[in-house]
Amino acid sequence: MNAANDVERQVIEIVAAKKKMDPASITSATTFEELGIDSLDAADLMFVVEEKFKILVPDEAAQSMRTVGQVVAGIRQLVAANPGSAGVN
Amino acid sequence: MRHEAARRVAITGLGAVSALGVGVEALWTGVANARSGVRRIASFDPADLLTQIAAEVPDYDPAQHFDEAALDLLDRFAQLALVATREALQHARLALAEADRDRAGVAIGSAMGGALTQDERYERLYGQRISRIHPFSIPRIMNNSAAAQVSMHAGLRGPALSFATACAASAHAVGEAAEMIRAGRADVMIAGGADAPIAPGVVRCWEAMRVMAPAPCDDPSRACRPFSRDRLGMVLGEGAGILVLESWEHATRRGAAILAELAGYGATADAEHITQPGVHAPARAIALALEQAHLDPSDVDYVNAHGTGTRLNDSTETTVLKTAFGAHAAKLAISSTKAVHGHAMGASAALELIATILAMQRGIAPPTAHYTAPDPACDLDYVPNVARPLPIRAAISNSFAFGGLNAVLAIRHI
Repeated sequence: MNAANDVERQVIEIVAAKKKMDPASITSATTFEELGIDSLDAADLMFVVEEKFKILVPDEAAQSMRTVGQVVAGIRQLVAANPGSAGVN
Repeated sequence: MRHEAARRVAITGLGAVSALGVGVEALWTGVANARSGVRRIASFDPADLLTQIAAEVPDYDPAQHFDEAALDLLDRFAQLALVATREALQHARLALAEADRDRAGVAIGSAMGGALTQDERYERLYGQRISRIHPFSIPRIMNNSAAAQVSMHAGLRGPALSFATACAASAHAVGEAAEMIRAGRADVMIAGGADAPIAPGVVRCWEAMRVMAPAPCDDPSRACRPFSRDRLGMVLGEGAGILVLESWEHATRRGAAILAELAGYGATADAEHITQPGVHAPARAIALALEQAHLDPSDVDYVNAHGTGTRLNDSTETTVLKTAFGAHAAKLAISSTKAVHGHAMGASAALELIATILAMQRGIAPPTAHYTAPDPACDLDYVPNVARPLPIRAAISNSFAFGGLNAVLAIRHI
């Protein structure tokens, strides 16, 4: 599996665990609204993502994320900018 | 009778979590039988502390009461508030119609709010130097979280308030909730208090004040001995006490079983000293509660004392009772149930009011446990060690907080 897809798989796993959903029902196009992720849940998601990928998601970036795909893209960008991150495993 | 002209306040439901167990019956069984809930601290290793005892809630498993997602947002004090609320609502058989929810509110007292969460998060931050803090920290720590969680749980959309008046917080919450009902601003109020302060940092802070009872070598459970000559201080506790209050009309219209009338409330401030208790203002709080209840001092049969077990509180409270009741003070049955459920901070007054209501309903004055010998400075009848059958027409519950903030609640048999 390539690294990019691995980020997506991990994000979907995190979201599925949080929302007690089947990971197969979530794609990169799935929106926070569809997942029932409110602003507080989104802050919680960012906390887990930051920990997992050893990155710091700026507030502005976090606030612009409204879909799984946007989270994945944001992580990839931050991971690429930070060689010490653990985004690829 | 004069008091029937104003809106009267009925108590129709009780819920409790304390060091004596989960539930109102566990509280009463411990209180009535002088069975202490004070033990060596079990929630963390207290080996480094001078104070190694507390009145912790035994056999409480959060997972039995809440799912994982709910627990993420609930500090222990809010959990205990919710568990007690569920019991109180069930006890009151209160099922509010949608329209009634706008007329139903919440008033919860807490001295320290989410102290455990705060202690744990700050330990990570300052102790372990982990700078990342979980985003649910504020919703758990904020003092109003219990009031908010209760309003959400019960779907109550009337006034919802939190009271932070330390050891008197739930007395002020219940008293002010009753005032809201009397003023016509609400028909139903879920009122009481919750605290869960048994965290290493909090215990250390209390220790520093030199008011904590040391654990006797032979039996730690006997550490708190209110009004006794050999009393050595207070024991920190935790818990929640919740009451359902209704306007008399609301309660009778729906055919609720009324447990007692919340007849009077007096609130005063010493305006003197941040920790040392006064005499005049607490006595005036008693007088105000009796006046609102249209009770003569001689109508009162039982007093649930603040009775923390410190040298100063218990002798001062004795003087307060003599000042407020005059010659009748000698005829009062007085007890401090803190000897067995500890000082549960913002939950104390509500737990003690619940014990007072049960005492009235069952005609039994609960004892002051661990009493060994009379103190010349505490020379009233403290119902030492053994419960006493006693018809109780009216009773008061005293709460005198640090800061000299006093609240007294008066209840009447119906």
